[in-house]
This record gives sequence, C-alpha cells and structure tokens, in this order.
Amino acid sequence: MRAEITLNGTGRSIEGPLLTLRRNVDIGLNEAVDVIAQDGTSRFGRIAALDDDSMVVEVLESTAGLALSDIRLRVRGEPLTFQIGPDILGRVLDGIGRPIDGGPPIAAAENRRIDGEVLNPALRALPTDFIETGVTAIDLMNSLVRGQKLPIFSGGGLPHDRLAMEIATQARLRSDAGETFSIVFVGIGISYDTAASFRHVMDETGALAHTVMFLNMANDPSAQRILTPRYALTAAEYLAFGLGHHVLVVMTDITNYCEALREVSAGHGEIPSRKGYPGYLYSDLATLYERAGWMTGVAGTVTQVPILTMPSDDISHPIPDLTGYITEGQIVLDRVLDRKGIYPPINVLPSLSRLIDQGIGDGYTDADHPALAHQLFASYSKAVRTRVLASVVGRDGLTESDQQHLDFADLFEKQLVHQDGRRGLEESFGIAWELLRKLPGAELMRLSDEQIERHLKEPRAEQETLDD
Amino acid sequence: MADAVISWVGGPIVHGRPKGSFAVGEAITVSDTQLLGEVIRVAHDRIVAQIYGDTTGLRPGTRLEGTGRALSVTLGPHLLGGIFDGLLRPLVGDDPTDRSVVFEPGLSLGDTILPGQSIGAVVENGTKRQIPTPPGLGGTIETILPAGTYPMADPVAQVRGEDGVVHGLGMLEIWPIRRSRPIQRRLVPNRPMVTGQRILDSLFPVARGGKAAIPGGFGTGKTVLQETLAKWCDADIIVYVGCGERGNEMAEVLHEFPQLLDPRTGRPLMERTVVIANTSNMPVAAREASIYTAVTVGEYFRDQGLHVALMADSTSRWAEALREVSGRLGELPAEAGYPAYLSSRLAEFYERAARVETLSGAEGSLTLIGAVSPPAGDFSEPVTSHTKRYVRSFWGLDRERAQARFYPAIHPLQSYSEDAEAFAAWWAAKGNDQWDAQRRMMLTLLEEEARLERMTRIVGKDALPPSQQMVITAADLINEAILRQSAFSENDRYCSPARQTRMLRLVIRAIDLGNAALEAGVAPQDIASLPVLRQLKRMGEDIAEDDPAAFDRLGRDLERAFAHLSEEVPHAS
Ligand SMILES: Nc1ncnc2c1ncn2[C@@H]1O[C@H](COP(=O)(O)OP(=O)(O)O)[C@@H](O)[C@H]1O
Ligand SMILES: [Mg+2]
Repeated sequence: MRAEITLNGTGRSIEGPLLTLRRNVDIGLNEAVDVIAQDGTSRFGRIAALDDDSMVVEVLESTAGLALSDIRLRVRGEPLTFQIGPDILGRVLDGIGRPIDGGPPIAAAENRRIDGEVLNPALRALPTDFIETGVTAIDLMNSLVRGQKLPIFSGGGLPHDRLAMEIATQARLRSDAGETFSIVFVGIGISYDTAASFRHVMDETGALAHTVMFLNMANDPSAQRILTPRYALTAAEYLAFGLGHHVLVVMTDITNYCEALREVSAGHGEIPSRKGYPGYLYSDLATLYERAGWMTGVAGTVTQVPILTMPSDDISHPIPDLTGYITEGQIVLDRVLDRKGIYPPINVLPSLSRLIDQGIGDGYTDADHPALAHQLFASYSKAVRTRVLASVVGRDGLTESDQQHLDFADLFEKQLVHQDGRRGLEESFGIAWELLRKLPGAELMRLSDEQIERHLKEPRAEQETLDD
Repeated sequence: MADAVISWVGGPIVHGRPKGSFAVGEAITVSDTQLLGEVIRVAHDRIVAQIYGDTTGLRPGTRLEGTGRALSVTLGPHLLGGIFDGLLRPLVGDDPTDRSVVFEPGLSLGDTILPGQSIGAVVENGTKRQIPTPPGLGGTIETILPAGTYPMADPVAQVRGEDGVVHGLGMLEIWPIRRSRPIQRRLVPNRPMVTGQRILDSLFPVARGGKAAIPGGFGTGKTVLQETLAKWCDADIIVYVGCGERGNEMAEVLHEFPQLLDPRTGRPLMERTVVIANTSNMPVAAREASIYTAVTVGEYFRDQGLHVALMADSTSRWAEALREVSGRLGELPAEAGYPAYLSSRLAEFYERAARVETLSGAEGSLTLIGAVSPPAGDFSEPVTSHTKRYVRSFWGLDRERAQARFYPAIHPLQSYSEDAEAFAAWWAAKGNDQWDAQRRMMLTLLEEEARLERMTRIVGKDALPPSQQMVITAADLINEAILRQSAFSENDRYCSPARQTRMLRLVIRAIDLGNAALEAGVAPQDIASLPVLRQLKRMGEDIAEDDPAAFDRLGRDLERAFAHLSEEVPHAS
C-alpha cells in the first residue's frame, strides 16, 4: 500500500527528531513514512510509537525548518526497505543507498528490509575457510576466517584506513576455488578526504568494479548515520545470500555510528547508560555485527571488518568494550608501536581471533600453525613483561633467559609485526620460526619436542640430515 | 478467556484496553500473528504487556488474547538433542511435539506411581527417554497404552489420585517458567561435580547441585569454559542457554556436540543436551525469559532423579534485558541503570540450584553455572558483585593470562570455592587422601609467588635468596603443569580424577625434591633448568588419559634427574 495523505493541521509537536501527529491513518509500528514539508522537501522517517489517536514519527533527517502546519505524510506501507539489484557493484551511493556517482539509478531486482532477517543460529554454518590477508600479525596469530566479524580497534591518527584497504584489496583464499568476491565499503560519518582516498585506492587497484561504496559524510544528518550500516549490510546480504558472492564488508567508523545513536537516544529522552550511550547499545550493535556469517546450503558469505576509533585510546570505553563482547575477536592498533615506526602497528596481545582454531592447522594451513601461534603469544607476552622489569632494574639485573626475551620483543616487533608489502603465509611462518630460535628451546613450552626438532634445530644440523 | 485491544505500542511494550480480567504474568497472544507476550501490569482500564518477538507492523486496534495461564513452556522427552528459542519453541523443523513416537509403557494396571517417576519411555534412535509423572499427579494406574506409536500430544495413561479423581497422563507437560518446581526437600551438596578441568576440580570445585559464576572481560574464555564444562562434566543432562550471545557459538555447539562422545556413556554428547538460544540479535524481551525457561527445563530433568548442569552464557545479557524492559516501563533505575530488583532476581535464579530429594524420593540435582560479562572487565559492577554474593564457586578470568594465551585464564588468586574442604573425603575415596594438603600447598605457593613477583619488579630476580627462587620455580611448575589445560588438545581437554591425581602427585613430588636439592646445596637455577621439568609442564598435552604407564615413567625420570643433580653437587653429603 502506498498512499499520500495530507495531514493538514494534524501535527501536534516536534521535539528533536520526534514528530507527533494525530493518527488518522491505519499504520503499524516501524513502518516507513516520508514527511513532506510545505516547501516540498521530503524527509523520511518511521513510526516509533502509536496509540489510539496519535502517532510518533521518528524523523531520520534533520527536523530543522519543519513546521507543524502543512505537513504531508507519504505512507509506504512497510518498514524501511532497499531496492537493490546486481548492477549495484561498481557504484558509489550515499548513506541511504542513493547513487552519488552521477550514474543511473540502481535497477531494482529485489526489495529487502534494511533490518535484515535474524539469521537462525540453527541454520548457520560454521566459518572455517582461512583468509590470507597478507598481514603477518593477522594471518599467523589472529587469523581471519570467512564469515567472521573481526573489527579493528584503532585510535585517532593511526593507520587503520590503510590497513583496512590492504585487507580489502589483498585478501585471498589459500585455495582459489574460482569464487566471486565483492567488497562493500561503508563510510559512516567520514570526512571528504577519507572518502576520496578510499575511492582513489579502489580505482587504482581496480577493486571498484567489484565494490559498492556507501558514503555517509560527517555533515550528513546523524539520524541517517544509524541507517547507513543497515543499508550496506542489506546490500552485502543480497550479494552473499542472493547472488552467492563472498562479501567483505569494511565499515568505518563505528564510533561515529555510536555517537549518532547516542544523539538520537538523547533526542528520544531515553535514560542513558554508561557515558551517555543508550542501555541498548549492545543489542543495537549486535543487530549489525551478527549479520556476518554463513548459512547452511547457501554459497555466499558475509565477512565484516568494522573499524572503530577508541576514544582516548581506551579499550574499556563502551564502544570497543561492547563491540569486543559481540565480535569474534579484535585487531588492536597501538600508538607506541606506531611511534616506533612499526607498520601495521598491531599489538598482538590484546588482539584476538576467536575463530582461529576453526581456520588454521591441519587441512587449512599447517599442522604446526596452532602451536606456533600459541608459542609466539606466550613468548612475546613474557618478553613484554620482562621489558617492564628491565625498565626498573636495568638489563643487568636480568637473568640470561630474560635478556634473550628482551631482544626477542624488539625483533618480534621489527621483523614479524612490521612489514613493507604483502606477505604470504609461508614467508610469515619462516620469520616466526627464525625468531623463536633466539630463545632457549627448553622454555618453549607450547611446542612439542618434535616441533622443536622439526623447525628449530640448528641450520647446520638440518644440512647434515639432508646429506644423509 | 479475557481479551484486550491494543491502545498503545512502542518497542516490545504494548498497552491494551481489557475486556475481562487479566492476571500479572499471564501469557497472551497477539491475534493474526505468531507473537506471544506476557502481562506485566494490570489496572482496571489498562494492561501493560511485553511482546516476545518483532513488533514491527503492530498497531492500535489489534486484539490481544489472554491464555488464562502464566507464561509456560511444554516439557517432554523431545527436548533432548534439540535447539529451542527462549520460550522453548523449536528453532528448526516442525514442532517436535506434533509427531508420533514409539511409546513403551513402564508400568502395568494397578501399579502406584509418584510424581517424577517414569510411566514409560519414548524410544528413538536406539535411546530411551523417560516420561515422568508431573508434580501433583501420583496415584494408581487405571489405564495405560500398550507399546506402540502414538501422537506425542495424546494421553498414554490414566491415573486415579488419592482424592479418587482420574487424571490423564501424557508424554508432555506444561509448566510456568517463573515458578520453581516442587520437591520433597533440599539436601546438602555432598560431592563435587567433576568437570575434568584441573584448575576447577583440584583448586576450586563446584558442588553437584551448587552454583558457580564465571566473570571475565571479553575474550577471556567464558564461553569456551562453559562449552568445555557442557562437554565433559559428569552430569546426566546439560541445559545450555545462549542468552544474548553469538549465533555462531550456538551453531558451534550444534555442530560439535553430536560428534563428541560422552566419556562415561559412549553416547553422542548431544543426546544429553538441550540447547536454548536467544542470541544477541533476537528480541530482547525473550532474552529475559530464556533464563527461566532454561531453569525450568533443568528442574524437569532433576525431578526425574537426574543430575543436571545448566550453563548460562551470559547472565549479564539477561540482566541487561531486565534493564531495557524496566527502562521502557519508566521504572526508577538504581545502580548503573539496572532496576532495584536486579539483586533479588539474581538471588532467585541461583537459589534454584540444589541437590534435592524429589517428590518420588529419588536424588536429583541442578547445578547452575553462570557467565558474567562485566563492562570493561570490572568486577565491581552490579551484576558481578551481586552474583558474587549468591554463588559458592567463583572463577574469575584474568585478561593478562588470556592475552598470553594461558588457558583456562582463571586467576587462581581471584577465584574461590566455599565448598572445597568438604570434598576432601570424596577425593580420598577416589584414591587421593592428600588432596586437601596438595591444594593448600599449591595455593600457598601461588600466593607467595605473586608477592615475590611484585618484589622482583623492584630488586630484580637475581637478588632473591635461593629459597625464594625455588618458590618461583615451583609456582611456574604448578601453573604450566596443572593449571594450564587447552580445551582444544585431544589429550588434555578432559582430565579424569585419576589422571589429575597422578599429575598432582608428580608436581608435588618435583617441588619436594627441588626443596630437598636446594637444602643439599644445589643452585636454584640448576633445578629450574632441569629438562625433566619441561616434560612435567607438557605432560597434559603429551600423555593421554589411557596411558598411566607414561606417568610412571615420568615419575622415574623425575627421581633419576634429581638423584643425578645431587650427585653433581661437590659439597652435598
Ligand atoms: N580453555 C581454553 N583453551 C583453549 N583456548 C581457549 C580457552 N578459553 C578460551 N580460549 C581462546 O580464547 C578465545 C576467546 O574465548 P571465549 O570463551 O570466546 O571468550 P569470552 O566468552 O570470555 O568472550 C577462544 O576463541 C579461544 O581461542
Ligand atoms: Mg563469550
């Protein structure tokens, strides 16, 4: 049902984003409407509450300039939807799915609710395929798996955009099974510079052809910002579950999203929870992040790499904290490493991939990969603790093993975490085993004797066995 | 039955103008939809209800229908092996209670039966699932169907109660989720629930019928620990409720459990498991209900004289659902926005854990294990601090251990079990009469090491006297050899009490030998660098459950290594 009704004189109040009207039309909760002002401008919104004689419209654009008289309402008769089709690839759209690249409108093949369907957990397939990102700190120790949601926790000024672009353009499967990849890039409240540089990289690498970009700019209304990831994820689901693509969704910056949510919540007069964010921030973020995954019997997958900047680099801030509780791990960027000139400045210790055990090891990467990853974590964390100790008692106050760990920490950052170009997994393995040789073998408790024998014995000994 | 017309709708809350009388807690349905709801407030001209589903499209004028009974779920043998939503509706396939199944009577005409006792069984895939008599329905069997295939929803027997009234007995039973099921009496927990996890069984055991909490920041290992317990603990029935957590984790349980065998019965683990899933993206009101649904399912099996363990991941999401609904009702918030009744709701939940004598005189138990997800990993927040008051085992997860991938990341100095001492006798009966002493020794050493660790940050390790260096070596051995246990290691994911005892003995023996060697003048670093200690630290991964001889060999190696060490000391006598 589509109807345009004039509701002259039915407006009762406008408070922030909430427009209260007399209810003289049959309409349901959450249904989409267009609010048309006297000057003909149209703002869209949805029904937030209803009673016998009035209805509350949440206007999803600025209500500035809207007067109570002469408001017309166009009723769409359904919740917010996205008309979408296969020629969306290669296009640049605004935050609510309208083309901004000068091209023609998207030819609609399907009409999907932007809130998506809740993926039935019983119909989910387990993400298992290892994605090689070319970034050692990720591939080796915090592996990304198809269908995973793995955010990047960053800070202002850290190179998260560069890292995200590299992952988006370099990621590949170990076995190329001739499947179709696409990228959904979602800018949420970003600046023109950021948007331009993403477009530039996309153009340059030729990735744009299999990419769709959604750009919600910093000066777009904040209520729209809340919709942007929903439009984008609807596109991702269409590509993945409708067309069978393997879709990588890069969303930046979730912090802007949460701030918009806070603003809107305050506009609704809701009781705030931690730091002014609404109490339902967890559930709300879950409705985005949980849209990653893989369904039994369906070819495509949705993998998410959301990026967020931690206010004051604080990982316990509600945005990273709640995100970490929902996503399947996190990649944490570190200012100290960045200052040392390490790129990518990934601090592996607070980083985590919860799905690593499903994507590495025998049959996926290498049988010794899990043990190697665990050993690197154990040794590096000991090395970092030793570093703290050394800063107090000095290097001389350390035991020999501690001194070796101290050196290991530096080499680990400079040689393993730091990299200049894409690295294949085998190359990363090589660097890692080489580094572990610098530590006393007896202390490598996560490796079995056989693994030590296989990978860490002296190169000369290796030579001899080869000669035998 | 009463009905009402919706007069207001917003989010999951509706108001209605009632015709007839509604009760608080009464279940309602929304006409022309699949939606279920529950009345939360009543006034003469208005009811307030929460709806357990997506309210998109609801509008004033829609009819709400009362059901005349409190929000209830259908219990029965079909639950085992299945996955259900927060109100126990199946997540996949047709309603399992709509089928016909093979019924085998367990009683004959004239037999007397007590509530909880089995009237027969449903036979499926080679397993027999008992059908219990519901509370309040004991008596003499008047009729009972012969073995055969019958619709699950039909009665299979009739029983004449003491009052002379005849009641039909079916395979299914309906029970209100917020009401705990009756028992004869509560019994004192008398033995540990064996979890197969060394740090739990040996340091911080939970009682069968006890209650435990697992607080920890994100990524510290709550879910893996809950799943590990669900796999290997020695309960008869597992109820696993994913409350406001990830869909993939539910999928993981569904994929993994059917392939793993229960070490005690040799049957697929899924057969003893009921999964209840209300993931984070599902409607929040049903999240609140899912915890009660799970406890009700747990009690249903307990009442059959079974030992049930319930894992709730995570109770914080449940508390948040309470907060959300309370906020929408405009209630005055208390701490951190939670309603003032948070604490009493938590208390009510954990109080449903118990070892009991059932109505039929059997022994059953329900053990509750709740994960807690404190914001920013801060244990002083309301849900963690209130939970701490009601549980007797507290397994605090530590971010630093998790970051070093030292699993399970339970911090031995932030965890406790109030029941531990009571279980020394149980361990003695299992062949370890030193359990209590060993446990104390380990805890003391770990505590001592933490103190020394702080000291070395000031003076350096080399400045410590030999005896204190030995403490560090010993604590390191305890951590690596006993406390570390990977949930993903084929050999080590489960550790039987017998294997735990062997491992404890070896470690304690190594520490004793180390102290003796120190006494004899051996340098502490020579003890710490003994290759045999590396073997001890890896024995969990390296030596399988069925290979006790390997532990004996390791024991002999240990003796030999220390004998050797003492010989090499020039001034040892
Ligand atoms: N006992 C364990 N053994 C091995 N790995 C573990 C263990 N506990 C946690 N992990 C690792 O840590 C990750 C996070 O654990 P998880 O239980 O999901 O954390 P939480 O539920 O506390 O957020 C897991 O994906 C797994 O890789
Ligand atoms: Mg978890």
